Amino acid sequence: MMNFEMPQFALAAPEIWLGVMVCVVLVADLFDRSGEARFAFWLTQLSLLAGVWLAFYTHWGDSGQTTFNGMVVSDSLAALLKAASAALAALTLAYSRDYLRDRGLLKGEFYLLALIATLGMFVMASASSLLVLYIGLELLSLSLYAMVALDRDNRVGSEAAMKYFILGALASGMLLYGMSMIYGATGSLLIGEIMLAASGGENALLLAFGMTFALVGVAFKFGAAPFHMWVPDVYQGAPTAVTAFLGSAPKIAALALFLRLLAEGLGDLQAQWQVMAIILAVGSLAAGNLFALVQTNFKRMLAYSTVSHIGFLFLGLVAGSEEGYSAALFYAISYGIMAAGAFGMIILLSHKGFEAEQIEDLNGLNDRHSGYALVMLLLMFSMTGIPGTVGFYAKWLVLQALVEAGLVWLAVLAVLFAVIGAFYYLRVLKAVYFERVENPQPLVSSRGPRVVVAANGALILLLGLFPDTLIALCRAAFGL
Amino acid sequence: MLALSDYLILSALLFSIGMAGIFLNRKNAIVLLMSIELILLAVNFNFIAFSHFLGDIHGQVFVFFILTVAAAESAIGLAILVVLFRNRRTINVGDLDMMKG
Repeated sequence: MMNFEMPQFALAAPEIWLGVMVCVVLVADLFDRSGEARFAFWLTQLSLLAGVWLAFYTHWGDSGQTTFNGMVVSDSLAALLKAASAALAALTLAYSRDYLRDRGLLKGEFYLLALIATLGMFVMASASSLLVLYIGLELLSLSLYAMVALDRDNRVGSEAAMKYFILGALASGMLLYGMSMIYGATGSLLIGEIMLAASGGENALLLAFGMTFALVGVAFKFGAAPFHMWVPDVYQGAPTAVTAFLGSAPKIAALALFLRLLAEGLGDLQAQWQVMAIILAVGSLAAGNLFALVQTNFKRMLAYSTVSHIGFLFLGLVAGSEEGYSAALFYAISYGIMAAGAFGMIILLSHKGFEAEQIEDLNGLNDRHSGYALVMLLLMFSMTGIPGTVGFYAKWLVLQALVEAGLVWLAVLAVLFAVIGAFYYLRVLKAVYFERVENPQPLVSSRGPRVVVAANGALILLLGLFPDTLIALCRAAFGL
Repeated sequence: MLALSDYLILSALLFSIGMAGIFLNRKNAIVLLMSIELILLAVNFNFIAFSHFLGDIHGQVFVFFILTVAAAESAIGLAILVVLFRNRRTINVGDLDMMKG
């Protein structure tokens, strides 16, 4: 017997839009005679911004309707995750043009791959089946592997791509192995049915095994210690424009993976994954902050700082409450903005034949351009978590959720590590404001990136002064 | 008649061989690609066994997707390997140590 039910395509409109635009960009790039990928760049930015609009304005407030036989879900959480990831992708791509042009990498493929990666994030955000989750993840990961290897003649870049590929594929394998056991224990691929079966308590051992492997896979994708080995090498080796993209939006996708698979599907096993998540969180805070202290390469320092921020984000997930999840979501979004700004600064300070990736390259930045120095100040303050910047509220919400969940000792530990973290962020500011260089070179950069970096700094300040709207959105996404 | 546990043990063995291949191998990067393939095949084995014993077809559909994605994945992996070899004239895993710290 066949009963074919027409899927409700409108619920998947953002994904369909991006999927169509991927094809359009692919073809339009062929007709581009400028040699500077103008069509690809502007069409990609248009698709991403329209994607933000589509995801947010048409699906915000959806109450979890499913389509495609229950495999795709549309709710407020998906809408916010998609809007945030597309906006961050657009922000990081806005930095990229001059950097890529100077290095002969300004090809349509860069923007095309970024668009496909964003499509993968969209698919993950509204996945309600293990299969859809996996397809979205691979769409994202495969594009990122290729983007890291974009600079074909770079020895460091190709090494970074190889490491990223091997460890990323390993992580996918672990995640899949976990998924296969979850499937075996619950008899379904749909997240909703997995949730029901998991609360029944059958096949508890098999399910616990599956959950463990899945969590390890997720931790790999996040870059949480002890599965963070790839993060510093990839951040350092990839072209900075790619690192900026890699460091911001995909964190939101990784959060989507965690929320859909572990928080939603296996929410009843929270007591079991909470312990492992605590280990991951504390390990990331310790490894990230301590290794960042000894770095001299700015990109590598930012990579270890990412690991420590992921630790903080995991603390929000450890709390295991709606408050905790919304704090983690707020953290991921605000960290994405900070990471985009930090790598954007590196892009701005670099020029043809020179990568400003050592911390000493920042020496005397204030004498060269006080505006950039101010943005750097905001970025580092925000990463430290100083009031008046968005990073403060991100940390504050996580700590609040932890205290409410009765995990005061974790909150104290997190504050201690944040203080250690302040040391290396302030070291950067010391270079910017107090180190002197002989005859400082004035910085020259075209107007586009200058406007973007100013807007990025202003965003950090604005969200730090008026965080209420974004916090309310993050809370509403979880029905608070 | 083979029981479900037999399939799961075989799959766990395949998975472990793949893992060991990645972590013990210090020589050839192609062996890493083979190990990843082995891990994915172990997963496929799991899915098919569960699918058969649960009487549910969805697990087998998943396997088709994994096979397809694995093919795309090895294509990208081999492409990166070619780029690496052109730049470094070696695919020795032990030589991938330009970045430290």
